[in-house]
Amino acid sequence: MMKGNTQYNLKANPVEVERNEWRKQERKKKARHLLTVASPLFLLALWEILSRTAAIDPRLFPPPTVIIQTFFEMLGDGELLSNIGISLLRVFGGFLLGSVAGIIVGLLMGMYVPVRFFVSPLIMALMPIPTLALLPVIIFIFGIGEWAKIVTIAGSVFFPVAINTMAGVVNIDQIHVDVAKNYGANSKDFFFKIALPGSTPVMLEGIQMGQAIALLTIVAAEMMGAHSGIGYLIWTKYKAFLLPQMYVGLVLISFFGYFFSLLVRGLKVKLTPWR
Amino acid sequence: MDYKISINHLTKVFPKKSGNVVALEDISLHVKDGEFVCLIGPSGCGKTTLLRILAGLEASSTGEFKIHQSDKKKPLQSMIFQEKGVIPWLSVEDNVAFGLKMRHLPKSYIKEQTHYYLEKVGLQKFARLYPKELSGGMKQRVSIARAFANDPEVLLMDEPFGALDEQNKFILQEELLSIWQETKKTVIFITHSIDEALLLSDRIVLMSSQPGQIVAEKNVRMERPRSIEQVRSDQNVADQFVEIWDHLQAEVQGARSSVK
Repeated sequence: MMKGNTQYNLKANPVEVERNEWRKQERKKKARHLLTVASPLFLLALWEILSRTAAIDPRLFPPPTVIIQTFFEMLGDGELLSNIGISLLRVFGGFLLGSVAGIIVGLLMGMYVPVRFFVSPLIMALMPIPTLALLPVIIFIFGIGEWAKIVTIAGSVFFPVAINTMAGVVNIDQIHVDVAKNYGANSKDFFFKIALPGSTPVMLEGIQMGQAIALLTIVAAEMMGAHSGIGYLIWTKYKAFLLPQMYVGLVLISFFGYFFSLLVRGLKVKLTPWR
Repeated sequence: MDYKISINHLTKVFPKKSGNVVALEDISLHVKDGEFVCLIGPSGCGKTTLLRILAGLEASSTGEFKIHQSDKKKPLQSMIFQEKGVIPWLSVEDNVAFGLKMRHLPKSYIKEQTHYYLEKVGLQKFARLYPKELSGGMKQRVSIARAFANDPEVLLMDEPFGALDEQNKFILQEELLSIWQETKKTVIFITHSIDEALLLSDRIVLMSSQPGQIVAEKNVRMERPRSIEQVRSDQNVADQFVEIWDHLQAEVQGARSSVK
């Protein structure tokens, strides 16, 4: 290598030079991927070492290996699995209900200007209220059963999905609307060939956001008003000062968040292959 | 005499805060069946507005136009848009079939017509790809195929080659001519390139800006089929170029001095 040498090398093979450059770029790319994978592992290792050496209080921050061990112990008695199951059910139910409602309202707002002007102020006024603060009202209406929790989650998922879906429709390039009009699309064709596919990318951004909000909401809702679920588990273990068990709950939430993000990303690739 | 397109006293005004902009003033134009007409003029002269009115995308303020319908089943007009007119979430094939599908024609007919024009523009191999994988020239081929496949009474083209590099432009112009020669459609074509207008059209209509008016018309005296080489080498065509250029130059200068 002629590092820092500006001398012309006329004998070098140009293909070879470029080939080497390309290899260097590839190595850099790999190194970046490695960093992404390594960062959570690095954090866990650091945590493990600090906790084991008592640099941080191991009673407050038990080492990750202990948390993993606790996780497997808890799996044994079936209580953990049933808590995970009930939380996932609420998350899925609420997420589905909220997204479907959000997509329908968002599409209507995007396509029909009077609907947009009528509904927009309602959304602006209702969105700042945390659905959790409405939990008592929701319980009055839906009782203390599963529906109350599902509706709470649906309520928080609805807003980002509705707003993004509307934005997706409104931001469709005018020229594509003109093409549809010029070639005589009726309103049904316009909906299925232009409005729906054209708004999908931005709509999916809203769904990505809604997915994260659903998890945030479920934990808080279960801490406040439930007798099952991961949020309830975190809360009760904290109250009993069973911190490794509490951490198991926290790690599970983090894991599901990561997993759902990947799912939505996969959905994006599947639904918008044209991007 | 019966015309394919009759435009009578068309005026379009855009109200603006700072006063009204007269985009088109008293435009009258008559186009014969099978005629290829180029509208040429400085930017902002309202030529796109005129085309959008004919395309049903905008309403005129006053005046009227009529496109003669020879066959009840044919759509009146189809537009070839600028480069971004290809719909990104439809495959090449579905883009070409778009007009036919919007008219809910029989599947077999749609398939046949789509294949025919995909082959005409040399895109049959790319039928299943999305537009993102195509170059600018290929996207415009999709647009051209989509309009011809729709088999309208009249074709409207809004600077379809404006965004292309020169080589691609020449190739596409000649391809367009060869497809057009086969179908003999009536065409109104917008451009600001004099070369393009001379190569393609039977008649060139010159417009002025603000107010947008028709200031002159020129018949192009050149045998068909034509080629880009002819436009560049024929003395007769060169003279016509200079004539049109003089006109446009006066127009552009006029617009500039009136603004200041």
